[in-house]
Amino acid sequence: MTLLSVRDLTKHFPIKRGVFGQVSGQVRAVDGVSFDIAAGETLALVGESGCGKSTTGRVVLRLIEPTSGSVQFDGNDVFALGAGDLRRLRRKMQIVFQDPFSSLNPRMSIGAIVREGLTIHKLAEGAAADARVRQLLEEVGLRPEYASRYPHEFSGGQRQRVGIARALSVEPTFIVCDEPVSALDVSVQAQVVNLLQDLQRDRGLAYLFIAHDLSVVEHIANRVAVMYLGHIVELAAVNDLYGTPIMPYTQALLSAVPAPDPGVKRERILLAGDVPSPANPPSGCVFHPRCQHPARDAACAAIVPPLEEKAPGHWAACIKQPPTAASWEAQKAAGGTNSPEFFLPRAALHRSVDSTSAHQSLPA
Amino acid sequence: MTAPLLEIENLRTWFYTDSGVARSVDGVSLHVDHGETLGVVGESGCGKSVTALSILRLIRAPGRIEAGSAIRFEGKDLLTLAERDIQHVRGNRIAMVFQEPMTALNPVFTVGDQIAEVARIHAGMSRRDAWEKAVEMLRLVGIPAPEQRAHEYPHQLSGGMRQRVVIAMALVMNPALVIADEPTTALDVTIQAQILELLADLTKRFGTSILLITHDLGVVAENCARVIVMYAGQVVEEATTAELFSHPHHPYTEGLLGAMPRVGGNAERLATIPGTVPSPTAWPGGCRFRERCMYAWERCAKEHPPLYQIGAGHVSRCHLAVEPERRSQPHLPVAAQQGVTAA
Amino acid sequence: MTSKSPAGAGIAAPTVRRRLRGDRRVWIALGVLAAIVLTAVFAPLLAPYDPRAQLDIAHLQSQPPSLAHPLGTDTFSRDVLSRLIYGTRVSLAVALVAVSISITFGTLLGAVAGYVGGAIDAVLMRFVDAAFSIPPLLLLIVVIALWGDISVVSLTLLIAGVGWFTVSRLVRAETLAVRDADYVVAARALGVPGWRILGWHVLPNAIGPAIVSATLAVGNVILLEAGLSYLGIGVRPPTPSWGNIIEEGATRVSDVWWLTLFPGLAILVTVFACNALGDALRDALDPRQLLPAHDDAPFA
Repeated sequence: MTLLSVRDLTKHFPIKRGVFGQVSGQVRAVDGVSFDIAAGETLALVGESGCGKSTTGRVVLRLIEPTSGSVQFDGNDVFALGAGDLRRLRRKMQIVFQDPFSSLNPRMSIGAIVREGLTIHKLAEGAAADARVRQLLEEVGLRPEYASRYPHEFSGGQRQRVGIARALSVEPTFIVCDEPVSALDVSVQAQVVNLLQDLQRDRGLAYLFIAHDLSVVEHIANRVAVMYLGHIVELAAVNDLYGTPIMPYTQALLSAVPAPDPGVKRERILLAGDVPSPANPPSGCVFHPRCQHPARDAACAAIVPPLEEKAPGHWAACIKQPPTAASWEAQKAAGGTNSPEFFLPRAALHRSVDSTSAHQSLPA
Repeated sequence: MTAPLLEIENLRTWFYTDSGVARSVDGVSLHVDHGETLGVVGESGCGKSVTALSILRLIRAPGRIEAGSAIRFEGKDLLTLAERDIQHVRGNRIAMVFQEPMTALNPVFTVGDQIAEVARIHAGMSRRDAWEKAVEMLRLVGIPAPEQRAHEYPHQLSGGMRQRVVIAMALVMNPALVIADEPTTALDVTIQAQILELLADLTKRFGTSILLITHDLGVVAENCARVIVMYAGQVVEEATTAELFSHPHHPYTEGLLGAMPRVGGNAERLATIPGTVPSPTAWPGGCRFRERCMYAWERCAKEHPPLYQIGAGHVSRCHLAVEPERRSQPHLPVAAQQGVTAA
Repeated sequence: MTSKSPAGAGIAAPTVRRRLRGDRRVWIALGVLAAIVLTAVFAPLLAPYDPRAQLDIAHLQSQPPSLAHPLGTDTFSRDVLSRLIYGTRVSLAVALVAVSISITFGTLLGAVAGYVGGAIDAVLMRFVDAAFSIPPLLLLIVVIALWGDISVVSLTLLIAGVGWFTVSRLVRAETLAVRDADYVVAARALGVPGWRILGWHVLPNAIGPAIVSATLAVGNVILLEAGLSYLGIGVRPPTPSWGNIIEEGATRVSDVWWLTLFPGLAILVTVFACNALGDALRDALDPRQLLPAHDDAPFA
C-alpha cells in the first residue's frame, strides 16, 4: 500500500544579486524527482553533497515550500493543505536530523523536548505525559531518569536517540531520516542503525533514509534511489542496485567505496573533475561531462534521459544503456555517433557477480 | 633493517583543565618506517589527533607533553629541540594535512601564494621561483590549468580541490613524513577516492612516509601496510593490515570490524559495542575496555594489560594473549548489563 | 553510565553557570553592584542627614570634607554624603527601569522582525536605521528642551525610548541564526505553532547578546543621566542625583572639588562594575565554547 507518492518535485532557489536583490539565476536543487514509498518500507536516497537529497526530504515534509510538483501522503495532497490540516498531518510524518549537536534546543531539558509533541497535539497531559516521555526514552535506549538533563550533557549518539524519541512521540507512520548516522562514530552508528531497524519492525514505520554512506544504506534499505544534481538517476531494489548498477554514476559511486578487506584489490572508476554547480547544470544528461560509458557521445549532451525501467523494478536514466525509449534515429539526429551498448565495469561490483552473468540478467 | 623514520616512545600528552587532568594520550609508542603508510584507527576520544599534533609540538596550554616522552625523527628527539629548530622541521621535513581544507587555508591569500610561502620560508626561494614551484605543485596534484588556478582564492575552489591544494602545500619541500589527519572525512566518496589515489601515487614516486589517521577501516584496508588501533589514549593493537583484518585479536578491534556495515556484506544486524568511551579525566583502572568487553574477567579489573606479542609484528593489549581459553566464554559486557545502551 | 561529559569530547563542556561561577570578575562586579543597590535600598538608614535639608546656610555652605561631613557640603549647605547616598536611588532607578523597558521592547521587536522577516522586518529595520543616525544625547536634549520641566518618570521613559535600537539589531541577528537551526525546523515539523516556537525555541537562544547589552546599558544610562543632569536638563534639584551634584560644582572645580570628585568616583565604580559583568557574561555565553569538541583535540 503506497503511503507516499512524490511526482515531479522541483525546488529552485533564486540567486539574488545587486542592490535591489534582482534574481539573476536559479539554483536547481531538486529538478523533477518522482518516487513512491510503501508503508513499512525504507527507501534510501543517496548521492554526494549538492545533489539535492536533503532538500528533497524537507520539501516532501513541506518544511520548505516547493517550486512545483506534488506529494500525496496517506491520501492527502500535502501542498494543498491549509495550516490546520497540515499541522494535524504533521503527526504522521516526522524527521530526524544529521547533526546531533544542533538538532536539540540547548535550553530545553530532553524530557521537555520529547514532551512538546505530546502537548501540541494534546496526546497526553501532566502525569500521563511524563509517563509517556519515560516510555519513549526507554524505547530508544536511554535511562528515563535522564529526562531532566540538558542536551550538552549527552554524547552525539545519545542526542540522536533523543531526536528519534521526539519524532516518535507523535506516533508517525513515516520518518525522513536525514543522514542520521553520518556524524557518529562507527560503533555508535551501528547502535543507532540497529535502533532504527528495530523501531521500524515494531511500529511499522516507513523511512526515507537520506545518506551518502553506501555501506549503511545497503544494510538498512529495501530500495535505493541515486541522486545527482537534483535528478534521480537510478532507482532499484537494494540487491539489484548493488548487484547490477546500470547508471555510470552509480557504478563510479560504488567503485569508490573502500572495501574493508585488504585482500581485495579494487580498481576504481575515477571521475574527472568536480560536481558542476546546481546553478548551472550541464545540458542534456547532467552527468555526461564526467561519464565514462564507452558509448558516450554528443547525443548525451542534447537529450535529457528519461527515467526508464531497464529491468523489472529497476529504473535508470541513461540513453546508452539498453533498453531505452530514445531510439537510435533520435540519438543520431541529436548528434549521436555510438549506438547504445550495455556496460557494467568490474570495478563497480562488490558482489561475486561477474559481468557476463550480470549481462544475462538484463534484456540485451 | 634500517632504523625507522619516526619513533614515538611512551608519549603522554595531558590537558590540565578545570574538570581535572585529561590524559588524552597516555603512553603511546609507535614507529613509521621509510616509505611506508601507517594507519592509525580509532574513534572520538581515543587520542589519535592529539598524538599527531604532539609530534609537531602543536599542543598549546592547557595541554602539555609530559616528561618521559620521546619522539625521535631523523636521529633527533623532537621534544628536546629549540623552538627555532622545530620550526625548521614543520612543513619542511614533516608536513601535516588536516581534515577541514577550508580552515587549513587562509581565505585572504591566493592558493598560489600560500604554497609559495612554504617554499620561500623553508628554501629561501625568490618570489618568482617560489611562484613557479607553486604552479608546478598544483600541476603535480592534478589541478587543471594550474597557472590560472594559482591566482584563485580558497573559496573559489571546491572541497576536493582545496584538499589537493593542502596536499600540494604539504609536499612542496618533499618532506620525509606526511601526517594526514582524517584527510578525506569531509569529502564525498568519489572525491575521497581521487585524493587517496593521489596520495598513494605521490608517496610511491617520492618515497614519502604517511601517518594516516582515520576512523574508516575501509580506507585503512586499501592504503596502509600496517595499522595501529587506539582506544582510551593508548595503542591497543598493532599489526600488518592483512593480519588485522583476518586475525584481529583485541576485542575492541573485533567490535569495530563487526560494527561496520559493508557493501556486499550480509549482516542482519550490526554488531555493536555497548557503552561509551570513558572520560579521559578518569580512565578506569585495569583494562580500559573492560566494561564494554564480552570476554572480561577478574584479571581485567585488577591488572592493566601491557602490549603482548601475538605474532610477528602483531601486538595486542589484552590478557586474552595469555589466557586464550577465555575467548570461548563470552558473556554480556558490564555496560550492557546495566540496562543502559547509551551511546 | 559515566558522568555528564559527552563521550565525544572526552572533556566536559563547561556550562554557562559554571563558567560564570569561576570567573573572578563576576564576583567582584556583583559585590560592587550589590553594595550600591543596598545603599540605595537602605538610604534612610545610612544617610546621616536629610539630603534636602539646608543645614546652616550661614556657616556650612560649601565646606570641604570634615569629620562631621565626610564628603563636604554643597552651595546650599546640604550634606554631600547624604545627597550622594540618596542620589544612588535616583540614578540606579532611572538606569534599571529605563534599561528594563528598552531591552524588553528591543528584544521583542528584534525577535519578531528576525523570525517573521519579509515586509515587517524591512520596515522595522529601516526605522531603526534612521533612528541610529541621530545621536541619542542630542535627541534627548532637543526633546527635553521642547518639553520643559521634565519629571523623573518622563525622563526615564524618554531614555528607554532612545535606547532600544541596538538591542533590536542584536537580537534580530541572533534570531536569524537560530531560525535555521535544526531544532527550530524540528519544532516546525512537529507542528508547533509560530508563537510558541518564537517564545520557547527562538527567544531563549537569541537573548544572549541582549543580556550582555542590558548589563552594559545600565552603566551607559547612569552616564547618560549624569550627563543630562550635569547639563541641567536631567534630574532637577533639590532631588539629588549623581549628575546634578557634579553640576553644582562644575564651574568651580578647583574650589569645590569634592562636589565633582565623589559623585564622579561613584559613577566610575558603578560603570566599571557593569562593564566587567557584561564582559564576563559575554565570554560565558560564547557559543563556541559551549559546544563540545567533536574530536579529541579541543585545544589544538
